[in-house]
Amino acid sequence: MSYNYHIMAKFTREDVLKLAKLAKLELSDDEVGSFAVELKEILGYVEQLQDVDIEGLEPTSQVTGLTNITRADEVVDYGVTPQELLKNVPAVKDGQIKVKRVL
Amino acid sequence: MAAWPAITDIAEGVKTGRLKAVEQVKQSLKAIDDAAEYKAIIAKTEKRALERAEELDKRISNGETVGRLAGVPFIAKDNFLAYGADTTAASNILKGFDAPYQATAIERLEDEGAICVAKANLDAFAHGSSTENSDFFTTLNPHDKTRVPGGSSGGSATSVVLDMVPFAIGTDTGGSIRQPASFTGAVGYKPTYGLVSRSGVVAMASSTDVIGPLAKTTKDAAMVLDAMAGQDTLDSTTIERDDSYADLSASLKGKKIGVIKEYMSEGLDKDVKKQIDEAIAKLKEAGVEISEVSLPSLPLALAVYYIIMPAEVSSNLSRYDGQRFGYTYEKAKDLDESYSKSRSKGFGREAKRRIMIGTYVLSSGYYDAYYKKAQTVRTKLINEFNEAFSNVDFLLGPTTPTTAFKIGENTDDPLKMYLSDIMTVAANLTGVPAISIPAGEVDGLPVGLQLMAAQSRDKQLLQLAKAAEALW
Repeated sequence: MSYNYHIMAKFTREDVLKLAKLAKLELSDDEVGSFAVELKEILGYVEQLQDVDIEGLEPTSQVTGLTNITRADEVVDYGVTPQELLKNVPAVKDGQIKVKRVL
Repeated sequence: MAAWPAITDIAEGVKTGRLKAVEQVKQSLKAIDDAAEYKAIIAKTEKRALERAEELDKRISNGETVGRLAGVPFIAKDNFLAYGADTTAASNILKGFDAPYQATAIERLEDEGAICVAKANLDAFAHGSSTENSDFFTTLNPHDKTRVPGGSSGGSATSVVLDMVPFAIGTDTGGSIRQPASFTGAVGYKPTYGLVSRSGVVAMASSTDVIGPLAKTTKDAAMVLDAMAGQDTLDSTTIERDDSYADLSASLKGKKIGVIKEYMSEGLDKDVKKQIDEAIAKLKEAGVEISEVSLPSLPLALAVYYIIMPAEVSSNLSRYDGQRFGYTYEKAKDLDESYSKSRSKGFGREAKRRIMIGTYVLSSGYYDAYYKKAQTVRTKLINEFNEAFSNVDFLLGPTTPTTAFKIGENTDDPLKMYLSDIMTVAANLTGVPAISIPAGEVDGLPVGLQLMAAQSRDKQLLQLAKAAEALW
């Protein structure tokens, strides 16, 4: 189980920046510095799970026991117009959401 | 401000014309203004509330049938989509968001005649235990203005305790209804996972998010649950409900309650423990069979939660990309910069912290060691709860290890702040219903008693809580 300890030990500013890039966040210098410390502390706390015996157990991703909940593939009129749904969009053109250039 | 009558009495008075819905709403709006210094409220929905009240009074005078919550004012945590004011989740990134539709929970309450009068403060995106993570301001504890009201539903709890409304609604992902209820002296109810639709509620951690009421009494909380509960085609995780949660007459005699050993030991404030012990003694006197129950994996619950929750948070918050709603960085030169600048300027520190942790535990190479491991320990915890509930009807413990802490006391240490959820997260991970009811005070600050039952035994749990309330 030593690989986890290894992960912890090298939680550097570079690791924080790499993670921020994956999460599409740009952090200030101050944020990078404090996250390096805090994330190490928080991940150090959850580390206690590594020694727990889970032999023969399956992971749980939901607790209702419900499976394959489907509904009819029909249009339901909720009384909301596309215009109303677009009212919070920062930029709209011809009833479409307008974004900045991709490349 | 005078305390409100029971919800059933208000609704009955309004239905018979003895009381006017408009007067209820006005009383509520005045109480909100009178207690403005506590900063529990982000926005009032005054205009819409008064219009709805007038319409309701008119319908009643025309002899039309109205619902069970006719004319009862309420406050919604500001992560519920509702008409009449912006829905911000107390975050800068959602400032100015004008909901195009309402949460199912709000719709169902309105269908029964309840009237939303305001939106309550919370930790932004419900990330926190004190409302100090609100991007706007911190709510003050109604018993001591130098202390936090708990969180994240701190505004909702405070609004109820200060009699702004007879009830409020909140969300509970790791304790966000029960912990502030405990800190302020309210009743806070977390239903079985899936019992109340989450459609139209700002998502935090989808595998543990639930919606529930905060009120002065269990009876009132049950009335509110009764109006909100049940399946909804807009939320495919909703489960079947009982016929009614409103009839709570039941005897305590012969009920089996297990006192959770792990919650009564180290880390529990000795004065809080004394109050809980006194409550246990009274339940015993009333004929409850008390035993001690051990759930050995319980001390691991917080670690499990602080992997699973941020993982789901990072996923849910990815939709805040600055394109479809919320804050957008206008000067971005391309789409990628628009994403990252909008998110970086829009999100507060705690949201960023949780996105970072979540991204880490889900990232390739670490997924098995963190996320999958946490999900598997979650199974272990569920198995232990199932076994406990095969021996006892209910579980009991404190809601929080201490009374309300000071404003600023934990803000520099995120891990210490997270530890205030230590006794509440297990109910979320296992999906069981749990309630916090007031059980005495320590130095003028309320203590909360937490009771839990097996999944879908919400009615039995509410019956127990109501009977217990009457003992002290």
